[in-house]
Amino acid sequence: MSELMNNLLFGIAYLILAPVVGGLLAGCDRIITARMQRRVGPPLLQPFYDVLKLTEKQEIAVNLIQDFYVGGFLLFVMISGIFFFTRGDILLVVFTLTLASVCLIVAAYSSNSPYSQIGAERELIQTMSYEPMLLMVAIGFYLATGTFSLSEIMHGHAAGIIFLPGVFLGLVYILGIKFRKSPFDLAMSHHAHQELIKGTVTEFSGKTLAMVEVAHWYENIFLLGFVYLFFVWSAGWSILLGLLACAVVFFFEILVDNCCSRIKWQALLKSTWLVSLVAGFINLLILMYMR
Amino acid sequence: MSFMKKSPWVIHYDGSSCNGCDIEVLACLTPLYDIERFGIVNTGNPKHADIFLVTGAVNAQNVPVVRQIYSQMPEPKVVVAVGACAASGGVFHDCYNIIGGVDKAIPVDVYVPGCAARPQAIIDGVVQGLAVLEAKRKLLAEGKLEELEQKDQLPPLPPQTHVKEDQA
Repeated sequence: MSELMNNLLFGIAYLILAPVVGGLLAGCDRIITARMQRRVGPPLLQPFYDVLKLTEKQEIAVNLIQDFYVGGFLLFVMISGIFFFTRGDILLVVFTLTLASVCLIVAAYSSNSPYSQIGAERELIQTMSYEPMLLMVAIGFYLATGTFSLSEIMHGHAAGIIFLPGVFLGLVYILGIKFRKSPFDLAMSHHAHQELIKGTVTEFSGKTLAMVEVAHWYENIFLLGFVYLFFVWSAGWSILLGLLACAVVFFFEILVDNCCSRIKWQALLKSTWLVSLVAGFINLLILMYMR
Repeated sequence: MSFMKKSPWVIHYDGSSCNGCDIEVLACLTPLYDIERFGIVNTGNPKHADIFLVTGAVNAQNVPVVRQIYSQMPEPKVVVAVGACAASGGVFHDCYNIIGGVDKAIPVDVYVPGCAARPQAIIDGVVQGLAVLEAKRKLLAEGKLEELEQKDQLPPLPPQTHVKEDQA
């Protein structure tokens, strides 16, 4: 019973704290990016200023259904995060996350703007690219620990990274897509690549855009949770190791973001599936053989 | 507390500029001037923008473009005309295709002088624009959207003549 209460508390803490931590993380991201480009960069709280400003803008929606879908995106990202932080089922987390990204894609498709349409198509390709690897993460944990339940995975005998180094590599590779970082920021980017205007979010403005931004913070937090999952086991101090791994991976993604230009969708699809196949699938094969 | 002044997002449009002012606008983004310090981001999407930076004069072909970009921006919005050409047509004012300054096409809030305008002047122009932006936000927050739209109404479309009357 106390574990149930504990899990519920974690879920509520996620709902309240994830946007705060996610926004701060986005602020750190922008400052680190600026420093890498020898700039000073914005204040740490800039992402919050941006979102709060967006809520002050006039509401212009190209159609009524758009806000509904974007709301769905936010809702399903929150729900998949709750499944994750209440230590539910890792498969459920992966599938709910897919539903969330489908909501965003449909929202982008709902307007006739060519930029938003191309953005939606590219978002679909991105989803196609990372989805197999995300599933392999879930399957990998099942093969390593014999369960899909996150609470049991977190209290295993040894860290997941020992059994799943290839799967971890694959996860770090696709995280660039989910964080919307170069070279994988095809559908939408925070930087000024402007051949697509803003891709998926071209037609969103004001509060709708603010919702996308907040959903993105939620998403970032629990994606880092996946990284965390690889480094924790029953030992108490492994929590620190997990947090450290999250920080290192996040920094690495920013570094790659600043070193790379955007790639074409063909290269995206080929490279992610190749990495998934070579690193992820071979890792899974070895695990199956060991069992 | 208002956050409008802390995160002005800019869209930049090149009218018929000689690219002198455009390069100065882009110089503002570089490490030397780094306008992101003030939360200013170059968006490229009118639906996300708060401040419309126009360089160069308007001509017969880009009048509808400038007006459309302006119309797509959600309120509150501010127009900053950058450089002599954007203010009055500049050295090109006599050309057959030039209609005049940006204010012939859309209502302008701040004029930044210079040929080309210096990055310092452009940043100062944007900061002056922030005061206007804040005043407009207050109007919007008070629910006076109609008054605001009245204020930001497009001026009547200038006659799209390719030959000036005195030359005809």
